[in-house]
Amino acid sequence: MNAKAAVVVFPGSNCEQDVERALRSLGCQTQRVWHAAETLPDTDLVVLPGGFAHGDYLRTGAIARFSPVMAAVQEHAATGGLVIGICNGFQILCEAGMLPGALRKNAGLKFLCRWTDLRVENNATPFTSRAEVGQVVRVPINHFEGNWYCDDDTLADLRDSGSILLRYVDNPNGALDDVAGITNKDRTVFGLMPHPERACEALLGSEDGRVIFESMIDHALQAGSPDPAGRVPEMLGT
Amino acid sequence: MRVEAGIHRDLGLTDEEFDKIRELLDRDPTYTELAMFSVMWSEHCSYKSSKVHLKTLPTEGEHVLVGPGEGAGIIEVAPGVAVAWKIESHNHPSFVEPFNGAATGVGGIVRDILSMGARPIALLDPLRFGPLTDARTRYVVDGVVHGISSYGNSIGVPTVGGETVFEDCYAENPLVNVACLGFVENKLMHGRAEGAGNLAVLIGSSTGRDGIGGASVLASAEFDEGSEDKRPSVQVGDPFTEKLLIEACLELIRRDLLVGFQDLGAGGISCPTSEMSAKAGTGMRVNVDSVHRREPGMEPFEVMISESQERMLGVVAPPDLDAVLEVCNRWGLEARVIGEVVDSPRLEISSGGEVVADVPARALAEEGPEYHRPVDRPAWIDAIQSAPCGDDPPTDLHAALMAICASPTVASKRWVWEQYDHMIFLGTVQGPGGDAAVVRLPDSEVAVALSVDGPGRFCQLDPYEGARLAVAEAARNVACVGAHPLAVTNCLNFGNPEKPEVMWQFSEVVRGIGDACRELGTPVTGGNVSFYNETKGRAIYPTPVIGMLGVVKKPARALGIGFRRPGDDIVLLGTGDPSDLGGSEYAKVVNGVVAGRPPRLDLQMELKLHKLLFESARDGILVSAHDLSEGGLAIALLESAMANGMGFKVDVSSENAYRDLFCESPTRVLVSCDPDARDRLIDMAETLGVPARLIGVVDGSEMTFGSALTVDPAAVKDAYETALERSLMGGSDK
Repeated sequence: MNAKAAVVVFPGSNCEQDVERALRSLGCQTQRVWHAAETLPDTDLVVLPGGFAHGDYLRTGAIARFSPVMAAVQEHAATGGLVIGICNGFQILCEAGMLPGALRKNAGLKFLCRWTDLRVENNATPFTSRAEVGQVVRVPINHFEGNWYCDDDTLADLRDSGSILLRYVDNPNGALDDVAGITNKDRTVFGLMPHPERACEALLGSEDGRVIFESMIDHALQAGSPDPAGRVPEMLGT
Repeated sequence: MRVEAGIHRDLGLTDEEFDKIRELLDRDPTYTELAMFSVMWSEHCSYKSSKVHLKTLPTEGEHVLVGPGEGAGIIEVAPGVAVAWKIESHNHPSFVEPFNGAATGVGGIVRDILSMGARPIALLDPLRFGPLTDARTRYVVDGVVHGISSYGNSIGVPTVGGETVFEDCYAENPLVNVACLGFVENKLMHGRAEGAGNLAVLIGSSTGRDGIGGASVLASAEFDEGSEDKRPSVQVGDPFTEKLLIEACLELIRRDLLVGFQDLGAGGISCPTSEMSAKAGTGMRVNVDSVHRREPGMEPFEVMISESQERMLGVVAPPDLDAVLEVCNRWGLEARVIGEVVDSPRLEISSGGEVVADVPARALAEEGPEYHRPVDRPAWIDAIQSAPCGDDPPTDLHAALMAICASPTVASKRWVWEQYDHMIFLGTVQGPGGDAAVVRLPDSEVAVALSVDGPGRFCQLDPYEGARLAVAEAARNVACVGAHPLAVTNCLNFGNPEKPEVMWQFSEVVRGIGDACRELGTPVTGGNVSFYNETKGRAIYPTPVIGMLGVVKKPARALGIGFRRPGDDIVLLGTGDPSDLGGSEYAKVVNGVVAGRPPRLDLQMELKLHKLLFESARDGILVSAHDLSEGGLAIALLESAMANGMGFKVDVSSENAYRDLFCESPTRVLVSCDPDARDRLIDMAETLGVPARLIGVVDGSEMTFGSALTVDPAAVKDAYETALERSLMGGSDK
């Protein structure tokens, strides 16, 4: 049996084909879902890929959170399905209120595309179960707005609940508490700025990103698909 | 609209050109017609000064599927696998408005690639600026890099390479060239308007007044004090729309809904309507009132020549129209029928029920002027060639090395390329910072190697030799990763072609490129000419930028520049001539001189060297390979060492060490290999007739040039890694 992933495509998304390639290389079936769809197809995982949804106009993720598909994405998480937002996807999850905090412009006020080392802080989640706590993984970042921020109470909450899953070893963007990726209390939603799909092949410089997708696939295969009945997929032509 | 006498001159047309238009039409042109002729016959669109020279370039080869004259060259890199490859310039707009000038340069080349039916998958940006001591230059650099980053990253095309060069002559005339690689996903498209009754559908952004006269006003004249007034002629980019345009158009092509297809760039709607008709021997009837606009009150001529960005023209069979509109609509793009193909070979433009232009399509697209401009070898060439080339010894060898290491042209360009997404599409086997980028093609085991090179200094000293050196270096860079050089695209950046000495430089450069490409077996599949790179009468160095494409059969075996293991042998392939310091980084940085003669080049030896690199990389003999260029052997050693935090111990004679370290003789490559493989490498080199000499070993930490010099690796790394950023912070500007 294969795990199934739905990759949401907003106008302006641009990492959808990379995420699909990485997931498929790990035996996961993928399909794209257009942002205008009001329902999701039968799926275990939902991916909000990187890019510039709606041109990043107004503010990153600010328009995408209103895309019709987002209600279904929220429901997927609420019923125990896993949702991962990568880069622009993380920004959208924050705007949609599915994860706390906001992504500001990088401290250096420059776009940054570089390899970073990330430390895994908690492996008792469906997104990190294959990793060791303290393990350092090499995964690239690629963003202008990756400087994560929240208020003191929220940060204390996240720390206490073990919701900070990845921290930068050498903070590239000014993110508060070196945060690279966080999850929600239910452990169903994970947002991170680095791009694990770009680190799934030795030829491209690293295979360390696989651990995240493999953890999610493990969880999906153990839990089985939520498979709510009666959903009609609205697919994007591929 | 009545045409006032002499108005053609304001539009950049000469009296002779105006007479020729009257002759072709057999009457006075209307204002709209005159505007259309002015853009289509501009230097930028018509190549009127360069055509006679460009015809001499070799353009055919067994791998060339489409040569010059279309949106981009098409090269078959493996059986059934084709790529599109093309370079463009956006020099003038980038000086007037750096951010949008550079951004729309990216947009333009991407649509050239798209017009062939190819998905753009990699960009390279060769950039040239003045010295960073000037505040305006620092503003231009920041704006250009930000513009490329903003546009390229948004549309999701990785920027995998380029060059950044600093030289006095580019101070008021920066060069912003951009090359793009495309992957033909389904079928090749052609810019032909076949089939009377088929519809011309304009897809993408609305048309506004931005960029009116971009090609004719900006790109086809020199700059002077009033250049700031030309800011409205610079187009404004919208990468979000471009991304949607790419996806929508590729879907239209995949579903076979287009008969013909072309981008709108310089010349606006006038360009594809006339060119596509002329190529197919048809005509087109266009109603400008159907064009979707972003502002009211536009005159027909403005609609016809506006260079608003992110637009494509598709020719569609009427039964497919609904499907085309549905696809565009789903991607959030406007698409409107603006005309239809007709049998009569004329382009008829109407507005408000009246015909405002009616001209033979060929007259606009193909019957423009063709000039044999006078060429004259300038007298100063002899003087500059016989002047001292700046090869005086340094007072302090260590200080000289550190100065060259921290020269912005030599120093690390990390500050630039970290602002570009160079990884998207999961194809970047090697990104920026090496000799050539290596890009794996989608769903393929084949990769291509790409390099852009343009040694302007050498071309200033001797345009013919400089051009040959440019081609050789670009090919060598590609060979250094283990690839076989296959095809060339070129961007020829020059001063005012109406000056005989500039035209002489141009003709010499084209002759040099032609000779080198013939000898190396790399045909020219297309390119671009940018003239009038002059400000206040001062021209840039003649700067041909060669974009070389090679094939990497086994991407996993592609070589990088970096040493990998302490104890490996370091071998220098090729022989240097210690007197080759003319036009070198040493002469410029240490002695402040650009004079003498450029290094001599032996293209037969160059071919042998490439064969050696190709075969030894294929057989897994080499661990690393790095071309010797600016800064010579010294900088190549430092770069190969720093790439993976290694050092080296090499033998350098202490007498005149600076010549051995800094001479820039071509056809040399620094390689490292396992000591067990060294004999095999030397044997292979001997068989092929390539000089090869063991010069030292890779060290874990130390950097020692024999008894001549030892440097502190940390100090070198700091100078090399931070020089550019420190220069950009300014401080020395008065």
